[in-house]
Amino acid sequence: MSDRVIIGLEVHAQITSLKTKLFCSCSSDYRGRKPNTNVCPTCLGLPGSLPVLNRAALEKAIALALALNCRISEKLIFVRKHYFYPDLPKNYQISQYDRYGLIPFAVSGSIAIDMGNYSKVVRIRRINIEEDTGRIVYPGGSPLGSTYSLVDYNRAGIALLEIVTEPDFSNSREARVFLEKLGSILEHLDITDTSLEGALRADANISVAGGPRVEIKNIGSPRELEKALNYEIARQLNILKSGGTLERETRHWIKEKGITVPSRAKELEGDYRYFPDPDLPPISIPPDLIESIKRRLPELPDLRARRLAEEYGIGSYMASVLVLNKRLCDHFENTVRLCGNPKLVSSILVNEFLRWVDELDLDLGEGLRRLNSKRLCRIVDYLEKGLISVKLLKEYVRRVIVENTDPEKIVESGMTTLSSAEDIEKIVEEVFKEYPKAVEDARRDPKAVNFLVGQVMKKTRGRADPKLTNAIILRRLQEHESG
Amino acid sequence: MSPPQCTDLATIGIKSLRARVEEDPDFLFKYIEEVYKIIEKYEGVIKAYITLRPMEEVVREAEEVLKRGTLGPLGGSLVAVKDNISTKGIRTTCGSKMLENYVPPYDATVVERIKTAGGIIIGKTNMDEFAMGSTTENSSFFPTRNPWDLERVPGGSSGGSAAAVAACEATVALGSDTGGSIRLPAAYTGTVGLKPTYGLVSRYGLIAYASSLDQIGPIGRCVDDVARVLSVIAGHDSRDSTSLKVEVPDYTQFVSEEPLRKYRAVVIEEMIGEGVDREVIKVLEHVVDKLEGYDIEVEFRSIPILEYSLPAYYIIAMAEASSNLARYDGLRYGIHLSTEGLLWTKTYAQVRKMGFGDEVKRRIILGTYVLSEGLYEGYYLKAAKVRRAIYDSFRKLFSEFDFAVSPTAPTPPPKLGEVVADPLKLYSLDINTVPVNLAGLPAISVPGGFVGGLPVGIQLFGPPLSEGVLINVARMVEVIVGYER
Repeated sequence: MSDRVIIGLEVHAQITSLKTKLFCSCSSDYRGRKPNTNVCPTCLGLPGSLPVLNRAALEKAIALALALNCRISEKLIFVRKHYFYPDLPKNYQISQYDRYGLIPFAVSGSIAIDMGNYSKVVRIRRINIEEDTGRIVYPGGSPLGSTYSLVDYNRAGIALLEIVTEPDFSNSREARVFLEKLGSILEHLDITDTSLEGALRADANISVAGGPRVEIKNIGSPRELEKALNYEIARQLNILKSGGTLERETRHWIKEKGITVPSRAKELEGDYRYFPDPDLPPISIPPDLIESIKRRLPELPDLRARRLAEEYGIGSYMASVLVLNKRLCDHFENTVRLCGNPKLVSSILVNEFLRWVDELDLDLGEGLRRLNSKRLCRIVDYLEKGLISVKLLKEYVRRVIVENTDPEKIVESGMTTLSSAEDIEKIVEEVFKEYPKAVEDARRDPKAVNFLVGQVMKKTRGRADPKLTNAIILRRLQEHESG
Repeated sequence: MSPPQCTDLATIGIKSLRARVEEDPDFLFKYIEEVYKIIEKYEGVIKAYITLRPMEEVVREAEEVLKRGTLGPLGGSLVAVKDNISTKGIRTTCGSKMLENYVPPYDATVVERIKTAGGIIIGKTNMDEFAMGSTTENSSFFPTRNPWDLERVPGGSSGGSAAAVAACEATVALGSDTGGSIRLPAAYTGTVGLKPTYGLVSRYGLIAYASSLDQIGPIGRCVDDVARVLSVIAGHDSRDSTSLKVEVPDYTQFVSEEPLRKYRAVVIEEMIGEGVDREVIKVLEHVVDKLEGYDIEVEFRSIPILEYSLPAYYIIAMAEASSNLARYDGLRYGIHLSTEGLLWTKTYAQVRKMGFGDEVKRRIILGTYVLSEGLYEGYYLKAAKVRRAIYDSFRKLFSEFDFAVSPTAPTPPPKLGEVVADPLKLYSLDINTVPVNLAGLPAISVPGGFVGGLPVGIQLFGPPLSEGVLINVARMVEVIVGYER
């Protein structure tokens, strides 16, 4: 039995750049409002209310479909998908469907992802335009800690793009990179501000070792997606190893606990009774509208990566990582405009910045504010002037991000490379006195020199210039021999 | 001829009312008082209204209408509104316990337009629950009685609107027609009812039964009143995606006793076949004979596909109803239950069990069934194909003819309790009206005579947007049968 993993994704992206909801004139900016104040007869599903399509949503959807190389249908046919749930005002969702002569909005696209040592083309099965639901609010914070629940319909009717992939992912990392890239494409197209809570959500279908398909719902970011999939793969493999069997089910990702739990919402499964929405006659999508949107498409991540690699000479993998996030990429270009050094800047952003943002669970935008272009350029400047070593530079970046402090403050605290030969001489002398045995060893075996260098670094807390230190130690060793 | 409740003053139409008020504003108050006198005397028996506005409120609104400077095309008319049309601040029950205490926070587009045109809403009329029925006996509250014979039904589902107009408890009324719900009650109460071309009148604010079939339309005591109300409520509305983008004429220009041009008419054999009362056919024959006297050629045609119109209609209507009525769960509006200790699924089940009547439940269950996985193609899709075929047949028919003429209903109004217990009998009352909705065509029911003292309606229908022709011919029928005011 192989441990082969097959993963497919169903992504929901809110069109946050719209002014209004998908079918009414309520604001699309629902966050932070008093519950149930961003509502009207239509998005509350009051008797007699009717939906009218927000045409701007169609244009955004066309842009995405073009960016993902999808085939766009000639007609936009809305259907009703029925299920009872308290967050769904009409107890049906207006969406699209692909059977009985009904058609999705767009089909058969793709996104290429760069995994560093290999790349992969992920197939997009379809894109649909649909409405978001309201939100269930638990006064106790979670279903278990609450004796009742409340519903907030401020989000109900927000325009969503549903992007469904083929089951083309073989591991969690690919899924994550895909979701990051999709998010970046949505950012570049000015469709979704992915930094907003709940603006980019994913459900994952996963099958391990030929087992049944398990759906994981409620995943809120690329990083959470990777975590959820890792958890789920391990969980399923454990069950199989201990001789258990897996069942086809829907599970919920609980971000706070880092686990998936069986979904209690059995009522969600079953027969949705799709049929064309009689309130929304089919809308033809004119080819010239598609053409004009095509002409106005902005630079998208793939092209941008190619340009970055060429323009700044930063290497194509580095570029492909940068373009996974539009704001990171913009930050890179802004910083380089300010102080040059594209290779160093890109390496700091990709290798240091992203690591700390991940490790500290920091919002990327907040991370970028902390390591802003001015601060980043200052650090680069210190390195160029020899004030700090590459090793210290990493420490600077960490402290700027963690402490949200200016690099100047760190310099003032005295954390600079010891570059005066005189100062280093003193410390080398101390080390030679403390470790006579090591000095003997070093004379016979050049490899043992590293130990002495390490001790100097330890005493200076890494501030000593390693090259200079090395040179001084070698000279002293020779002096001892001859002297 | 009017039923016994009416007085000369209360029988007045919009045109005369407007003229009299223009001359003497106080006449409006005299008129209002007269109507309320009739209501006080007869409404207890007829029960046309679910919610009647107090006279003081109506008088106050009349004062405001008079202060406006221009009287507006409806000139202070008292408009009864079917209780499935949303009225801001006035309870709108849809004839259902489910919405017994629901007060809409907004006006339907037609209500906005009525008010702007100087109409005054007098009350909300009784109806079959969620417009599902043909007798108004399916109201959750009480049945309405036919002003011509109190033992008989007024038809449905807009029975309250038709009864209110017939008994002079309102000047005109708004109804809604999904499969005949304006025309059948109009026929049964000796009034004129018009179901517009699908999309001519905005559905915004109309509580949906079957969205692809529903249309709001006027009911009046004469063709002229119906033309006047239609001129006010018709026209494009950006809030309804199915609303037609067409210029709307002043329909009163078609209210002519002479044909405005040479017409060719057709009688469809399937509409005078088995099940249609002999006496009713005689009424039709009389009208057709007279029309021929106006140099209108009348021919007969058969449209065999009409055999399937009732089953196709009920599949589509019930499918859409099961979807449209899903929203009634008691959470945001409507009847509210104490849900403590109950799972939400149980609460929903309880609310829907208590809130809906039997006929509504029957249609939701059947509609849910025909949309189910595996059955959809055999029922819904097939019904949609029949619908398309009917549409095509009519299109072909009306390339040859200007309008069709038929009995509106196969029989005179039945007695209360006579058909309501037998769904198939009840559904067959709509046999001549539903094909029109399936094809989205305009139709009018105009009084054609009496059978045993009971009114019989003649249905005229034509190609899309032929309301002008129908109004013209309906006016001629009024003259033919001497049913003039």
